[in-house]
Amino acid sequence: MTNITTDDVKYVAALAKIAITDDEAAKFTKELTAILGYVQQLDAVDTQGLQPTYQVTGLTSVTRKDERIDYGVTQKDLLKNVPRTRDGYIEVPKVL
Amino acid sequence: MSTISITDIKKRIKDGESVRNIVEETLAKIEAAKEYNTLVSVVREPALRRADELDAQLKKGQDIGRLGGVPFVAKDMFLAHGTRVTSSSNILKNFDSPYQATAISKLEAEGAILVGKSNHDAFGHGASTENSDFGVTKHPLDKTRVAGGSSGGSAAAVALGLVPFALGTDTGGSTRQPASFCGVVGVKPTYGSISRYGVIAMASSTDTIGTLASDVDDAALVFDIMAGQDARDATTLPNRPQSFLPSENPIKSLKIGLVKEYMRADVVQPEAIAAIRAQADELKKLGHTVEEVSLPTLDMSLAIYYIVVPAEISSNLQRYDGVKFGHSAKEAKTLQELYGKSRDQGFNAENKRRILIGTYVLSSGYIDAYYRKAQTVRTKLINEFAKTFAEYDVLLGPVAPTTAFKIGQNSDDPLKMYLEDLMTVAASLAGLPAFSVPAGVDNNGLPVGAQIIGPQRSDAQLFTLAKQMERTYG
Repeated sequence: MTNITTDDVKYVAALAKIAITDDEAAKFTKELTAILGYVQQLDAVDTQGLQPTYQVTGLTSVTRKDERIDYGVTQKDLLKNVPRTRDGYIEVPKVL
Repeated sequence: MSTISITDIKKRIKDGESVRNIVEETLAKIEAAKEYNTLVSVVREPALRRADELDAQLKKGQDIGRLGGVPFVAKDMFLAHGTRVTSSSNILKNFDSPYQATAISKLEAEGAILVGKSNHDAFGHGASTENSDFGVTKHPLDKTRVAGGSSGGSAAAVALGLVPFALGTDTGGSTRQPASFCGVVGVKPTYGSISRYGVIAMASSTDTIGTLASDVDDAALVFDIMAGQDARDATTLPNRPQSFLPSENPIKSLKIGLVKEYMRADVVQPEAIAAIRAQADELKKLGHTVEEVSLPTLDMSLAIYYIVVPAEISSNLQRYDGVKFGHSAKEAKTLQELYGKSRDQGFNAENKRRILIGTYVLSSGYIDAYYRKAQTVRTKLINEFAKTFAEYDVLLGPVAPTTAFKIGQNSDDPLKMYLEDLMTVAASLAGLPAFSVPAGVDNNGLPVGAQIIGPQRSDAQLFTLAKQMERTYG
């Protein structure tokens, strides 16, 4: 099952939106092969009749009252950390 | 190296010492211990202002709370008013907390004073703080060794006596393992016990708030203040117990299972095994039953963890995109370039490694073979714990395979570093409370921790048992 190529790593990096270099891709190929090889031992575990776990404490569909809560955070507070703003908006490079 | 306790500080204040004096002394100690690199930033002015406020309240004869005037540090993944929060990562190097974690607010409401933000592996990815973008934290007893991780700065700050307690996080052992390495108490609660609102997310299905303290009473007090449901974290549990403080009455005789899979000489340092066996003998003398117990699926827990957790990491770390906050690549011309370069420049190798593994195991064609399979084996592990806890009250074993190792010793091989988490990840995957309690030293005089694991919501019982263990050792 595990035969990771440098192309696989580059493909996954593209999905994850990380512009890795060729050197990084080569290094990660080696490391991911070792790590995915290690986790492959799960294949041998009999899990017949079992469902996957996604939640461990049994809480389901937790909702709160549909009302406005003041979190005490202003637009100014949040925009302070934004790399590029213009007129109170977040600025990004031209998309279209 | 001498630790300080909450009781010591409260007594000094009761005897007439000013809170300002306590905070100034703490800041001076922090300055003097700089070479250990326990902190990413010092919270000087707000701490001094808060001290003066509390002194003014004391003068008026007001009660300043259960932690009135007690200084503490929080891992730099906690948002706190007036502080920078970096996650020990270059990608958040200049990020100022826009709001505050519930855990911090609850402690401050009881008079505790945040004096610093502690160092850790960036985003919690590691077991040695060597993956911090701001340098490794050094072990309090030997500066050539690591303090453990990821919450290494918090553990070292408590062990060095800078503060009586510190906050960490524990996703797969990040509070327990550094506590074990540094010889302090480390508490990972039942999943959902303490609100994670305002704490930077790593893996949401196992992330918990950790407490590190010099003794069990202090850890329990801090835990008791923080625990409880929070409307801002939908995973917090309702109906918290009235108190988490250790019972003063003699504890009933417990049935303790000594975990066979965690006591194997081929994976665990012999001194750690010896320390746990000695602890088991002491517990028998106190009237508890200790028997060996086997949970075969524990051998799979690390493999489950290193699929499920990277998957959640890859999802949680998508938000760092160079647009809304954090590092933004100046030279990027297009939006795609902005994402790609910002993330490549801002994340370190371990962050990227985990994001790539996570993306891979969730990607089309592999999700069933890796992610769903791991989550199904996780069910098997949880069932095995449930079966075991039908018969036993508590499980006992070591915290980590080794004591504090040399800086650089494991950093060439990521898989070798992952093996540090071998005995801590299972409790995380099942949402169980698990504590690290000092239990001995190895041949180099380095601390060894014992791990106690209980069923969900047995945190209070673990505190009572931990206190007995603390009396036994030391």
